[in-house]
Amino acid sequence: MEEKQKKERIGVYICHCGGNISDYVDVAQMRDIAKNEDGVVVSKNVMFACADSNQKEMIKDIQGQNLDAIVVASCSPKLHLHTFRNVASRAGINPYNYTQVNIREQCSWAHSDTPKEASVKAAGLIRAGIHKVAYSEALENIEVSSTRAAVVIGAGVSGMRAAIALAKMGNQVYLIEKEKTTGGHVANLGKLFVTEQSGKSIAGSLLEEIKKITSITLFTEASVEKVSGSLGNFKVDVKTGTETLHLAAGAILVATGFDPYQPKEGEFGYSQFPGVITLPEFRELIDNSGETLIYNNRKIKSIAYIYCVGMRQTKGENKYCSRVCCTTAIHSSLLVHEKFKNVTAYHLYRDIRTYGKQEVLYEQSSKNGDIYLKYEEKTPPVVSQEGNHLVIKIKDELTRRQEMELETDLVVLVTGMVPRSDHEAISGILKIPAGNDKFYNEIHPKLRPVETVINGVFIGGSCQGPKNISESVQSALSAAVKINALTKNPTINLEPIIARVNFEACTWCGKCAEVCEYDAIHQLEMYGKIVASVNEATCKGCGMCAPVCPADAIDIAQYSNAEIEGMIDGFAQKVEISEEAGAEAAGGEGGITMKDMPQVWRRIASSLETDPKTIPALAKELDLNPELITYNLMTMNKYSLVEAAGMDDSDEYYFYKLKNLKHVEN
Amino acid sequence: MEKKHSRPKILVFSTDKISDPGIDQAGLRKIHYSPAVYVISLPCSSGIKPRWILHAFKQGFDGVFIAADGHECSYSPRCPELTNRIIEESQVLMKENGISPKRIRMAAICSVCAEPFASHMNNFTKILAELEE
Ligand SMILES: Cc1cc2nc3c(=O)[nH]c(=O)nc-3n(C[C@H](O)[C@H](O)[C@H](O)COP(=O)(O)OP(=O)(O)OC[C@H]3O[C@@H](n4cnc5c(N)ncnc54)[C@H](O)[C@@H]3O)c2cc1C
Ligand code: SF4
Ligand code: SF4
Ligand code: SF4
Repeated sequence: MEEKQKKERIGVYICHCGGNISDYVDVAQMRDIAKNEDGVVVSKNVMFACADSNQKEMIKDIQGQNLDAIVVASCSPKLHLHTFRNVASRAGINPYNYTQVNIREQCSWAHSDTPKEASVKAAGLIRAGIHKVAYSEALENIEVSSTRAAVVIGAGVSGMRAAIALAKMGNQVYLIEKEKTTGGHVANLGKLFVTEQSGKSIAGSLLEEIKKITSITLFTEASVEKVSGSLGNFKVDVKTGTETLHLAAGAILVATGFDPYQPKEGEFGYSQFPGVITLPEFRELIDNSGETLIYNNRKIKSIAYIYCVGMRQTKGENKYCSRVCCTTAIHSSLLVHEKFKNVTAYHLYRDIRTYGKQEVLYEQSSKNGDIYLKYEEKTPPVVSQEGNHLVIKIKDELTRRQEMELETDLVVLVTGMVPRSDHEAISGILKIPAGNDKFYNEIHPKLRPVETVINGVFIGGSCQGPKNISESVQSALSAAVKINALTKNPTINLEPIIARVNFEACTWCGKCAEVCEYDAIHQLEMYGKIVASVNEATCKGCGMCAPVCPADAIDIAQYSNAEIEGMIDGFAQKVEISEEAGAEAAGGEGGITMKDMPQVWRRIASSLETDPKTIPALAKELDLNPELITYNLMTMNKYSLVEAAGMDDSDEYYFYKLKNLKHVEN
Repeated sequence: MEKKHSRPKILVFSTDKISDPGIDQAGLRKIHYSPAVYVISLPCSSGIKPRWILHAFKQGFDGVFIAADGHECSYSPRCPELTNRIIEESQVLMKENGISPKRIRMAAICSVCAEPFASHMNNFTKILAELEE
């Protein structure tokens, strides 16, 4: 890469973290080591770098001493990277001219057993941070314009409900359905758990509502052929009949749903014996029957439901539990008793998973006299036919694996949900990943449950994994809100940590474009030759393209050769730690004052000012977890800010009161 | 290698979202490992340039360890394959420079892999201390 202008007025802040760092790392020597590095003009120790008072002091330094970059050596960047980037911004320097050095999680705590070596390491880490920041570049967030429109793929309950929400929030919506009719699986269902409304009526009323909203355009018998562009400006080619439409959208929601598991030939006698049918087939039978339940011209007087068919296979492909089928089977059995008289039901299950409110259905089924027998995966029931009857052999776990034989008129295979057989078509076009179970994958199941790794492409409903209707609609609606948060502003800001090409060095060999999973690299004509160019909006900054370039013409912002090799040089420099200067006394110069304390301490202190409290009482009042309170209280105790004041009535917890802190300001 | 450090110096490349939080966990839980371990965190292990690895050896590091995301990588299922390729290329460079290819290692470290990380470091430290080449 080209020679960069190095930073020359760097400020370095080395945090005590109230003893968490300074008990093991000699922070005073760190300050002096940093001061002697090239380009450093300010080097300070601070009690708590994240405290408001220190943030203000940093801003004063930056402005007063005309600093051009800052380093904070403290806790993990996962905690405070953004805090200090904001400090930089507020002080008027570019937030990317800031480097956080982790001398707590990756130094003082990890090496609390060897404090002297911890100091040697901290010096290396801090020097590396100074070198990195010296080569750092000012970066601007990437602004892309956005179209106030969304494409929703799949008009099941998930897609329809999300389309309505998106339209009501002010988006133009294009709803794409591959079938002739809308509603997905729900449109074929009669009475549903738990509300007892019919599936047909729910699907019908959603369609009515969609027809009334002019900003939703519904395409049926339509398919997505191609998607280009990126967040804010997708171009979606949709084929309906012989026509291909080009739609413009800011974001895309995939709500393509699931397929019911289709048993293999001979699996529990399926498509071998006429009386063996799947759960969806059975639901159709119930809905289409009159007063009596008749299958194949036979009146059905007994039914065996075999659970977990195709699911929870420890050795097979579908390892997951389909979570909806237990409830669906039990609910179906209730529907049978409601509609037809004198039908005996046997449930051959592995575990019953009628979680949450659905448990009442299980209870009702037991009250109805349904018989529950439990089998193990290793010894599944065996179905055969004898005369007019189906015979099922089962080893019942509830009666010490006693072998039993049941005779029934019908066997219902309780099949679960699997990914759509054509799910790869959509994931191929949109480049969204699927998990081991082949359902589409979110970035993080707990923290980012409807986003995919592709900016602007969201997933909702049962295409993510087995879900009942309310769960499907919940995820689809949260995706709708997420999409609206993006499209509602005319421009969208993206992090600028992406690949850049050195056009002079690039010889367009195409290797970078070949490895990029996101199609972010294209040809461009520059200096009279063809070079590689990176699409700012689609590049993820993963860096895969960088090592494959034979000309070393690509790097990722913030991870340039100069920055990384500079860090390595920083680690490599020789460090002399003098023995006698041990860890600095608590509070450094002049003891600790209220305004230097972290937010949590101030909240604890404010609370203790009124009266002494126990740890559980503090946890409750401040709505923080007890471990966090204990940890902070113990550190405050160490610095004589609080003291124990007798036990509570149960003799279990100490009360704590303030010690050297009289007046608590906020 | 010119001189041997009393504790072998190890450079670790970790990843911002997965393995670096795992390494933080080790510290948080005060699970100790050699203090001569230095970590550089990147978006993805498939973005490590072999020249950085060579630079580390030339600057006196005794070993390089790649704490990769393995199949958890959120960028690409090809991450393990591409990271392997980087290691192979680095080993070629290392051999050309008289550095034993045994001085580079890789393992998948996840965001809660505190103990596995520490034990990888202890092992690698031991191996490097005994390594004659
Ligand atoms: C027998 C049975 C009974 C059930 N009973 C209940 C119940 O009582 N209560 C309950 O809460 N849940 C019940 N469920 C679960 C319920 O069916 C699902 O939760 C619900 O269907 C999920 O809706 P969805 O929109 O995510 O998916 P789907 O219903 O699968 O709809 C997806 C839609 O996307 C369309 N599509 C797919 N691929 C494409 C593509 N490439 N391009 C365009 N369009 C596409 C499909 O044609 C379909 O219209 C039952 C399930 C079964 C199998
Ligand atoms: S919900 Fe019940 S039937 Fe379905 S896979 Fe899970 S345990 Fe088996
Ligand atoms: S790999 Fe390097 S030289 Fe080849 S096209 Fe990409 S940037 Fe240019
Ligand atoms: S950094 Fe990743 S996403 Fe960006 S161009 Fe390179 S390979 Fe593609």
